[in-house]
Amino acid sequence: MNGPIELTTGQVVTAGALIAVSAILSLRLQLGLHGRLLWASARCVVQLLLIGCVLRWIFKPNQPWYVIASLAIAMSLIAGFVAIGRSERRYAGMLLDSVVSVWACSWFVTVIVLAAVVRPEPWYQPQYAIPFLGMILHNTLNGISLGLNRLGNDLVQRRRQIETLLALGATRWEAARSIVQQAIRTGMIPTINAMTVMGIVSLPGMMTGQLVAGVDPIQAVKYQMVIMFAIAAASALGTFGVVLLAYRRLFSADHQFLPDRIRTVRE
Amino acid sequence: MTIDTPLLEAQRVGRRHPDGQAWLLKDVSIQVHPGEAVAVQGPSGAGKTLLLRALALLDPIDEGEIRFHGHCPRHHDVPDTRRQAIYLHQRPELTGPTVEAALRLPFTLAVHRGRDFDRPWIAERLERLGRDASFFAQPTSELSGGEQQIVALLRAMQLDPVVLLLDEPTASLDAQASGAIERLVLDWKAERPDQRAFVWVGHDTAQATRMTDRVIPLRHGRLDQEASP
Repeated sequence: MNGPIELTTGQVVTAGALIAVSAILSLRLQLGLHGRLLWASARCVVQLLLIGCVLRWIFKPNQPWYVIASLAIAMSLIAGFVAIGRSERRYAGMLLDSVVSVWACSWFVTVIVLAAVVRPEPWYQPQYAIPFLGMILHNTLNGISLGLNRLGNDLVQRRRQIETLLALGATRWEAARSIVQQAIRTGMIPTINAMTVMGIVSLPGMMTGQLVAGVDPIQAVKYQMVIMFAIAAASALGTFGVVLLAYRRLFSADHQFLPDRIRTVRE
Repeated sequence: MTIDTPLLEAQRVGRRHPDGQAWLLKDVSIQVHPGEAVAVQGPSGAGKTLLLRALALLDPIDEGEIRFHGHCPRHHDVPDTRRQAIYLHQRPELTGPTVEAALRLPFTLAVHRGRDFDRPWIAERLERLGRDASFFAQPTSELSGGEQQIVALLRAMQLDPVVLLLDEPTASLDAQASGAIERLVLDWKAERPDQRAFVWVGHDTAQATRMTDRVIPLRHGRLDQEASP
């Protein structure tokens, strides 16, 4: 296998010209997106350069564990914040629930993958730990975001159904069960869909990266399988965790639904 | 529990607005004894529905206590208390594609385990209201407001509660539908006149006088002492 082709800055700039295609399309069709497109491209360049520099430093041999842990903590906190950013309904404590769920589930699964499956030496070797955690966090936050959004909307829209059940003697779990189940299902579907079409419709980013880097395709496929199973587990656990935490905040121990705690950010 | 213990009681109940400032209910104490029919009356915003929901333990209260048979139900007791003191919403949610599915719904809940859906019992009451067995198969989406209220009432009554908490059950219904609801409630109570009770929230003073033994006036979330008889 050949190693990857080293890219020069000029080659990246040439690729950057492709952004002009989208910008021209936006201008011609009056989509009003060209400004946002250029801003997004600029952010993309700056963010990637920054993370490149950080990773180059982190990947240095014999980096102490607390340096790697600091980056992992920062990534997890940001994921927790981002996960609730798209929610139309908010409640007090939602951010904490999101951070706890993203953190606990992603770290749990990542540690299992590193320590029990891939087994680098040491197990927290940043070259493996950071990309794995990053991919797992990204998918977990997506699941959490979708699950919370669905839960909030359904609780508001199906309030009378919940209260009818409670009034007839339902426990809080009986009254909320179908809504909780639907929210968890919603959070898990993107990962299931991604696994279903994997390798047919698209080649996933990690596998593509390894192929470009000259790794044997079968090895690349094995890595991709490991990461997909990890993503499926973390995303399911994260969505389940956050929905359950939200349920406990929005239903009291006296089997009361507390819709006053939910506020609508946008319809 | 003594012989004078009320069936259901609110003791100095208070509830604040969710923003924590104004009181929506304050210092409200009422008692409902077995065999009683009580009306809660007052202008819009007086807190009638809030009081009824508090009695059904559906909303948290900030002050006071709700007692059922002399005890304050907490945690695991709450579903069983709600089985015996059922709140009916002004616009009922039937939650089922057909009338029969809506009527069967409560039997899926743990608190009603061991009880079975009694079709002949329901059919008999429907017949008294001029509806035959085909009503069971009727889609709930096609029911009139009065019919929805009838199904919601029968769904509650079949569970053999001791108290019905009725939140404006005849609001926006025509005279005929209102009459059917009134008859259904009075017949239910008459089956065990010394044990069953209901609390009726409404605006119609004549109806309250006709349906109940006494009226509790409510104003600005407090008992209206001036209007009390």
